[in-house]
Amino acid sequence: MSNEWPLWEVFIRGQHGMSHRHVGSLHAPDAEMAIKNARDVYTRRNEGVSIWVVPAAQIAASSPSDKGPLFDPSRSKVYRHPTFFDIPDDVGAM
Amino acid sequence: MYAQMIQSEATTEDAEQLAAFQARIDAGERIEPKDWMPEGYRKTLIRQIGQHAHSEIVGQLPEGNWITRAPTLERKAILLAKVQDEAGHGLYLYCAAETLGISRDDLTEQLLSGRMKYSSIFNYPTLTWADVGAVGWLVDGAAIMNQVPLQRTSYGPYSRAMIRICKEESFHQRQGFDIMMKMAQGTEAQKRMAQDALNRFWYPSLMMFGPSDAESIHSTQNMAWRIKINSNDELRQKFVDQTVPQAEFLGLTIPDPNLRLNPETGHYDFSEPDWGEFFDVLRGNGPCNADRMEARQTAWSEGQWVRDGLMAHAAKKRARRVAAE
Ligand SMILES: [Fe+2]
Ligand SMILES: [Fe+2]
Repeated sequence: MSNEWPLWEVFIRGQHGMSHRHVGSLHAPDAEMAIKNARDVYTRRNEGVSIWVVPAAQIAASSPSDKGPLFDPSRSKVYRHPTFFDIPDDVGAM
Repeated sequence: MYAQMIQSEATTEDAEQLAAFQARIDAGERIEPKDWMPEGYRKTLIRQIGQHAHSEIVGQLPEGNWITRAPTLERKAILLAKVQDEAGHGLYLYCAAETLGISRDDLTEQLLSGRMKYSSIFNYPTLTWADVGAVGWLVDGAAIMNQVPLQRTSYGPYSRAMIRICKEESFHQRQGFDIMMKMAQGTEAQKRMAQDALNRFWYPSLMMFGPSDAESIHSTQNMAWRIKINSNDELRQKFVDQTVPQAEFLGLTIPDPNLRLNPETGHYDFSEPDWGEFFDVLRGNGPCNADRMEARQTAWSEGQWVRDGLMAHAAKKRARRVAAE
């Protein structure tokens, strides 16, 4: 019978002040071992100052087929970008 | 290469869907795990990434052979770090393969049963310390040739794994070349060892790229899918062109009487390796095939109680936590 270690997704904070970023995944029996393994697998060259591990089964993701309904509506809202507005040069920096 | 002679799997989906998929690849888009993909693309990638991962793992064995006998403490620490990197490369790649719907245990089982292969190069022995230098210089050097373009492969997780791997490979090749420099500038006996290592690893390194695939239908399909970027001959030529001047710098001789710079093409002409030997090694008859498989079998079966024990421990801790709440 297969008694495979569960899969964990690994997130690393590369530097102080930055957010954690997904770097990959690994197998481990529990969270504690997942963090230890993540250190060996993903931070052998000072790539991180902090590690998060999340059971892969706990991640909910949007589905590729929802890409249109989810993201298209924001395309037409160009006024959300500051460059939409023409402010005369005389006004100065804004 | 680390993944040699990957046959593409047939795909039977409807033409419109296939065309849309191909258009995404042609536009340079990355395919991600949950995206629709043809069955053939998925299966071919599992085979290719799996074989690549197995090569990284089995590839630890020839170099691991010298960790306890490295000539200095510093060389030992460097070799340990290099071999540990290869374990990491295997893990990045296994995870990429798993996003395609195959389990880690399945991948391991297929290696151990011989249904999945690893690169032919790791079935050659490392007889002397100079071989460790030759492996880093030539074998990692050949791997880099193939891995650098694969950073742009169409499958997102594979591409990201290759980017991580490429960042680490340059250290591998340089530490190997550094060993070769030391040996080539050493005593007569050391220089002879360096030359002997080059003599034995030259043709097996050329074989890593696989036989010419100029007319292969598999190769054409895999290139269209962008899971293969260059032809085998193209990469082999690049490798020879890069390596010959390095051998000259070392004062070592490439064991090929036909090797010469062709003034018309600007490339080196060279002898083909013995492809009979290559196929024989793939069939399991190389000098170390049995040793390598036995080492992996033993690691897997003797590790069983550790894997099970840690799972049992994790389950017990979970139960205690639940009881305490
Ligand atoms: Fe590697
Ligand atoms: Fe390497």
